Amino acid sequence: MKTQNEKLLIVVAGCIIGIIGSLLVYFGNPANMGFCIACFIRDTAGALGVHRAAPVQYIRPEIIGLVLGSFLMALFSKEFSTKGGSSPATRFVLGFFVMIGCLMFLGCPFRMILRLAGGDLNALIGMAGFVCGILVGIFFLNKGYSLKRTYRQPVSDGLVLPIIQVILFALLCAAPAFIFFSEEGAGPGAKHAAIGLSLVAGLIVGALAQRTRLCMVGGFRDLVLFKEPKLILGFLAIFVSALVMNLILNSATDGVYFTLGMAGQPVAHTDGLWNFLGLFLAGFGCVLLGGCPLRQLILSGEGNSDSVLTVLGLFVGAAFAHNFGLAASAEGPTPNGKIAVIIGIVVVAFIGCINTFMKKEK
Amino acid sequence: MNTIDARGLSCPEPVMLLKQAMSSGASSYEMKVDCKTAKENVTRYATSQGYKTDVKESDGEFTLTFTK
Repeated sequence: MKTQNEKLLIVVAGCIIGIIGSLLVYFGNPANMGFCIACFIRDTAGALGVHRAAPVQYIRPEIIGLVLGSFLMALFSKEFSTKGGSSPATRFVLGFFVMIGCLMFLGCPFRMILRLAGGDLNALIGMAGFVCGILVGIFFLNKGYSLKRTYRQPVSDGLVLPIIQVILFALLCAAPAFIFFSEEGAGPGAKHAAIGLSLVAGLIVGALAQRTRLCMVGGFRDLVLFKEPKLILGFLAIFVSALVMNLILNSATDGVYFTLGMAGQPVAHTDGLWNFLGLFLAGFGCVLLGGCPLRQLILSGEGNSDSVLTVLGLFVGAAFAHNFGLAASAEGPTPNGKIAVIIGIVVVAFIGCINTFMKKEK
Repeated sequence: MNTIDARGLSCPEPVMLLKQAMSSGASSYEMKVDCKTAKENVTRYATSQGYKTDVKESDGEFTLTFTK
């Protein structure tokens, strides 16, 4: 595909994704949370009972749609290919701590954009941390960081996460007693668009993200490393379209979709230092992983079993975050959460060092 | 010709390897990748550096030749 066509495609896709992000809030999702990979994996973990935080338990169809949308698009474009073996355990640990960072900030990089588009200026401080984390990750890349290559794996390995998503969807629809759903008014988990809408939104965004290689970390990373603007254009398109859509919804409906400021923002806190450090950890970890949480879901749908391990790391990280009081809330970060973020930065830096400076040549 | 094997590597390692190799200023390079994303990324970078790209696909792997 010609470079100009690629850029046009990602801008159009970004605009569609931004509009879908805003509309999901209109149809019932929590404010500034049309999409949040971290929050939605956390909600799903809660629904399965691996954490018992009552306000955040719901099997999010958006996640199911993202994986299956990517899977179907990869099948259609003959890109589905099962690969793995590139330091899977390390990727699990990185995924775990990326989640710890995201739940300190209260959102993944995708939600960071949507929070900015909703006027939440805390996300600007988060974005500063995110960019700094990416820059530190780039330092390691420039020094030769690598988790080594993948190899082909049996096809069945690449089908694991898509099949899990189908099972999750069945559980969501059947709602058996052993699945936990946040009760009305209990918190963000109780706010959601209709199942069908959320699923279709996820499928569309998953397919578009697979086709365009959309990645929130990749945008800043490629701009700094190669002066390549393609991915950052997608990032900007999501921001602009979600912002415009929020302003339209603000004036055309009774709801509040855009409030400029820091205090009182939905599902957010105002502790700048920890917003910064939370997304610093997420940005740093995601560069070492090769992509943001959204990208990991998309790669999982394409058959990358290392990304499946990363998603499992995110899932377990979310469970730990709520079982051990690590996740922040609207009241701010917890002492345990601060310690976990510091440990996370140390661990991710350690992973960066040993895979950069202690590599044995083949 | 310089040959770079970037099969199986995560983003953005294939482009970094190509960038590193192209800093030597040779007139041609050969590169192996095993996914379309890497193929697109290295092709875009080579084009930005003024190289023409020739692609051969075999069994899901791509051999790219960049010439100036």
